[in-house]
Amino acid sequence: MATTNLKKLSDMPDLLSGGHAACPGCAGPVAIRQILLAAQQDDTYVVASIATGCMEVGTTIYPNSAWRIPLIHNAFENSAATISGVEAAYRSLKKQGKLDKKIAFIAFGGDGGTYDIGLQSLSGALERGHNFTYVCYDNEAYMNTGIQRSGATPKGAFTTTAPAGVVEPGKRQVKKDLTAIVAAHGIPYVAQASPHRARDLMNKVQKAVGIEGPCFINVLSPCPRGWRYAPDQTMQIAKLAVDTCVWPLYEIEDGKLTINYKPREKKPMQEWLKSQGRFRHLFSPKNEYLIEEIQQDIDRKWEKLLALEAMGAGESG
Amino acid sequence: MAEKMALTGNDSAAYALKQINPDVVAAYPITPQTELMHKFAAYVADGEVVTEFVPVESEHSAMSAVVGASLAGARACTATSANGLALMWEILYIAASCRCPIVMPVVNRALSAPINIHCDHSDTMGARDTSWLQIYSENCQEAYDNAIQAVRIAEHPDVMLPVMVCLDGFILSHTLEGLEVNDDETVRNFIGEFERSDKLLNVEDPQTFGMFSLQNYYFEFKKQQADAMENAPAVVEQIGREYGKLTGREYGLLDPYRCEDADVIVVGLGSTMGTAKQAADDLRDQEGLKCGVLKIRCFRPFPGEQIRQALQGAAVAGIMDRAISFGLGGPLFHETRSARYGDDAPMMNFIYGLGGRDLSLDDAKDVFRALAEAKESGDFEPAVRYVGLRE
Repeated sequence: MATTNLKKLSDMPDLLSGGHAACPGCAGPVAIRQILLAAQQDDTYVVASIATGCMEVGTTIYPNSAWRIPLIHNAFENSAATISGVEAAYRSLKKQGKLDKKIAFIAFGGDGGTYDIGLQSLSGALERGHNFTYVCYDNEAYMNTGIQRSGATPKGAFTTTAPAGVVEPGKRQVKKDLTAIVAAHGIPYVAQASPHRARDLMNKVQKAVGIEGPCFINVLSPCPRGWRYAPDQTMQIAKLAVDTCVWPLYEIEDGKLTINYKPREKKPMQEWLKSQGRFRHLFSPKNEYLIEEIQQDIDRKWEKLLALEAMGAGESG
Repeated sequence: MAEKMALTGNDSAAYALKQINPDVVAAYPITPQTELMHKFAAYVADGEVVTEFVPVESEHSAMSAVVGASLAGARACTATSANGLALMWEILYIAASCRCPIVMPVVNRALSAPINIHCDHSDTMGARDTSWLQIYSENCQEAYDNAIQAVRIAEHPDVMLPVMVCLDGFILSHTLEGLEVNDDETVRNFIGEFERSDKLLNVEDPQTFGMFSLQNYYFEFKKQQADAMENAPAVVEQIGREYGKLTGREYGLLDPYRCEDADVIVVGLGSTMGTAKQAADDLRDQEGLKCGVLKIRCFRPFPGEQIRQALQGAAVAGIMDRAISFGLGGPLFHETRSARYGDDAPMMNFIYGLGGRDLSLDDAKDVFRALAEAKESGDFEPAVRYVGLRE
């Protein structure tokens, strides 16, 4: 029986080893370790694909690999298409009696490889109904190539391609709601998670892996380099994202939305924005109006989520 | 037992794929490849193949999926044309570099713009540096035979590279031809089982595929690919001989036609070579011109030395290109000229048939006549000529 008992899990060997080249304080490897531990249990093996990005570049530097499960990296925009082929191969070889193992397939991608350049390939794989779980580790910009804006970058954030300058306040557009876009595909399971709530994340992974068909988990992955905070603050930052409702933890199972965590007292946007250097410029007098706007955006989305939960719906996100 | 069938080029490639019975096929429709995949999808729907068919949302994903399938340990195929091949570009290199022996019929079609659905070789010529083998077909029989041989060539341990089986769009893909097909068992025995030692689905020995490799290792990987390409000609020839023993239709790197005593030889690829052979016969009979045709079957790897030898007796060679390498000229011309470096060998380049413009029998004869005239006068200028171009 698969477990999310943290004590038991701490005795299990990590499936992503240490010694990789991710930056100090990167949430990515923390999330991936939790995900792999949750997924590869009992008689189930995990085979994964990964899009080009921080996690791929940092963990697969030839001739070393941090991965203790089979991993395939193909290119940037095709993690979902690649796992489609792998999963099709599995089905084919299994029905021919050439393979008898039980394998769960996970496709990893960052926000660049998922929200933007890989969106088509993800959408295609979801629509075709492959039996896999897509995990996006969302660090809200193209961090691997130097903190460029992505569709996942939130309004007001400083990036190297939407910098705050004399006339520009950073990114002007709101973050794309990818989780809602994915949910609109009507797939069996969609969730948002955060590595600071390990058990919640691992529960979600085990649900997804146990469900026949395509599943999707969007995991917030705070990035000290890009978000400009001290590397030892990563889990606090992740927690703050959830406590401010910037990153709600919820799941949509067969169309029914459940919010997994409701902060007793929603923390104000100011606190979130102040915690990271990427928002520092918002506190200058000429940009302050944006703080209120961002608060309103977040409030509106949270209210909508609550309403969807109350309706027992969720597909329209 | 071999059997006679009337098939179009698309049908013949689809029939070959059915007999190959790949573990995975991922494909996206594009004219003129469409009917190939309609046929194959019907084989899937009727349970005539074990294949898992993945009807992807783009050619980029088609190539991505077959790379995944191939590294997983499956025999994987796809098919495309023109813009579809162009959309695969990035992953073509990855497929070859990850040593995926994928077989892909490419139904040759002109690249946009202007958008055009008819035959030329701009699509596959653009892909000539991708480390894919390229085998061109003169007719539907060859498209069928080449697809089957391609599996053996691609999966040969000395090669382990993907293969494009090129067939001319519409001219072959949509033209019905009587051809001889093998029975399923013959094909099954000929191609054997696909087994790769380093497969991704080997979960008890987890490995990482498609790693990050910089100045310290990348170069060595590329040299291994170059070596595999060097090994390929001998493998193409060996498989061609084996196939010949089995079917009576033997294949090599080149297909010389009446070249032994020829004064003028036309060199080219694909269906046009059938027209050129007819023109050579006619001109030998009617005008006493000693014409020969050198069909290049295997364009990648480029059999330069074999071409050089085949052309040694000819006073002049005319190289037919159905593509332009802009800023350079005809790619086949330039590669042939390089292969003949040091030979005192006049050559002329004939660029023809772009966007499906027909090359008639008379056009082909005019090419031979132009070569014969140049031979007589000793004047080979202009060295690049456009056949059938509206002035």
